[in-house]
Amino acid sequence: MSAQPAEAAGAARGAGIVLTIHDRRPLNPIVASLLHAARNPMGLFGLCIIGLLMVAAVGAPWLSPYGPLALHAGKELLGPSTTFPLGTDAIGRDLLSRLLWGARPSFIVGGLTIVLGGGVGILTGLIAGYLGGWVDTVIMRICDALFAFPPILTGIAVLTILGPGTVNVAYALAIAAAPGFARLTRSVVLGERTRDYVLAAKASGARSWRIMLRHVLPNSIAPLLVQLAIFMAIAVLAEAGLSFLGLGTRPPTPSWGSMLNDSRAYLRTDVWMGIWPGVALALLLVGLNFLADALRDALDPRRVNA
Amino acid sequence: MGAYTVRRILQAIPVVFLSTIMVFGLLHLLPGDPAIALAGANGTPASIAALRHDMGLDKSLPEQYVIWLGRLLHGNLGNSALSHVAVSTLLAQRIPATMELALAAMAFALVISVTTGVVAAVKQRSVADWIITIFNSLALAIPGFWLGILLILLCSVRFSWLPPGGRVASWGELGPSIRSLALPTLALALPLIGTLSRFVKSAMLEVLYDDYVRTARSKGLASRAVIFGHALRNALLPVVTVLGLQFGFLLGGTVIIESVFSWPGLGTLMLDGIGNRDYAIVQAGLLYFGAAFIVLNLLTDLAYGLLNPRIRLGAGS
Repeated sequence: MSAQPAEAAGAARGAGIVLTIHDRRPLNPIVASLLHAARNPMGLFGLCIIGLLMVAAVGAPWLSPYGPLALHAGKELLGPSTTFPLGTDAIGRDLLSRLLWGARPSFIVGGLTIVLGGGVGILTGLIAGYLGGWVDTVIMRICDALFAFPPILTGIAVLTILGPGTVNVAYALAIAAAPGFARLTRSVVLGERTRDYVLAAKASGARSWRIMLRHVLPNSIAPLLVQLAIFMAIAVLAEAGLSFLGLGTRPPTPSWGSMLNDSRAYLRTDVWMGIWPGVALALLLVGLNFLADALRDALDPRRVNA
Repeated sequence: MGAYTVRRILQAIPVVFLSTIMVFGLLHLLPGDPAIALAGANGTPASIAALRHDMGLDKSLPEQYVIWLGRLLHGNLGNSALSHVAVSTLLAQRIPATMELALAAMAFALVISVTTGVVAAVKQRSVADWIITIFNSLALAIPGFWLGILLILLCSVRFSWLPPGGRVASWGELGPSIRSLALPTLALALPLIGTLSRFVKSAMLEVLYDDYVRTARSKGLASRAVIFGHALRNALLPVVTVLGLQFGFLLGGTVIIESVFSWPGLGTLMLDGIGNRDYAIVQAGLLYFGAAFIVLNLLTDLAYGLLNPRIRLGAGS
């Protein structure tokens, strides 16, 4: 692998052409896939939305005009104005500030879920697919059983044990996410296991772990990335739903889901409370869905685009 | 086909057992000792020990599981800690409401998705296709519970067309029943429409240019007959395979949508159970949803086998 670019460069120099591209190490497959997806206008649009909302989440302390918990007495349930760009809620808190801070639970849960759930799922899937036999059977039956509950119900079950809280939501959803990743990784590994490069690595005496992590995993990354983007959208949606039910992010910490829950009692008096968090949530989901679609189109040339 | 059915049912059995173990484990992972909770402030170590014995908590976990499973198989799900009513009775009261909502949403979503999916595929790259694509992207991105809030804002608060929540269920009042069902059905169905419509479209696109469709066209069949009789019939085959999974997600979605519309179903029962620390109800609700999901997936696989001659005739293994 490493000899090839050098030879190519040598040959090119001999022909009087300077090739510099191959002097660098190949790009990280994840970065390369994201760049690939960004070439598609929809993917670029999705990445931009996600990026903007991420800026809002990270920069909330500097961007928001007031503290997310600051009460403004006598200014309850106001509509948008110059002092409160998006209005205020039932106890006089600035909605814009809460909306910006409320992006944090979405990203924390979305990110943690795919890191934890994706990590555990991909590792177990690798093991199941590569080792096969009874290990495979046991892992897959456990996955099937976990699969019997939709993510939101797994979330409810786990949060009943752990109690509400942003990070607890991520743990709960990671448990819901893992079996899907395990299944997908396993199916990819089963396809890769008998390929020549794996046999070559085996013949050169590489250990199973090394083959799995250094050879099989990087070659299976494409379908997994699509699944990661899809599950991040599911996790963001589930976090909002669970916080909406009062099981997720604990008040008074703002989260888009709990803000929507707050709005329910005031639909007749203050419409805006029920609008903004939903718009923000829908934007983030559009971004993630577009990114997932673009990744799928970029990484799977066979797919007919629908 | 017989062997396939048997094999598929045999595969489902360990999954069912594992999921009962998981739900059983839920109650035992909960913080706090139920015997201490039941004994209350006046509990002495002796009375708590007696309660633990009565409740079977002094036995080993596997023993407790076997006893619990035995009761479960007899339909005994325990009693509500709050009202002391049998959980199975409570479940039986709430399941019809949840099923009514879920089936209405499924039916609505199917009709809309097949229609929009077929139109988008047949008239690919037309204005209609474009509108449907944008609609589907929106449908996928708008959370059902937010759509529920928007629908209440628009249809109940602003214009007072439809009730903002609650359920009317009686054959004598069909009009009000349907009116109370309308908004939650819409809110529950929309995300599913986004998924299914895209799926129908790509399935249609895959068969629309196949040889047998071309043959049907070239022998002079009307376009409508070709689309519905030949193409759609085969395109629906892969669609059937995702229906079970999608219906399972739909059931999960009912929990939140029921909460938005104060729909007296299983979801609101479970949420009340969590709020009241009435965990027998939460456990029973999870069991019901899990079992429904497993059965649905089994039926989907069997239906697929029945519809697909390649599996029906025993070629696949």
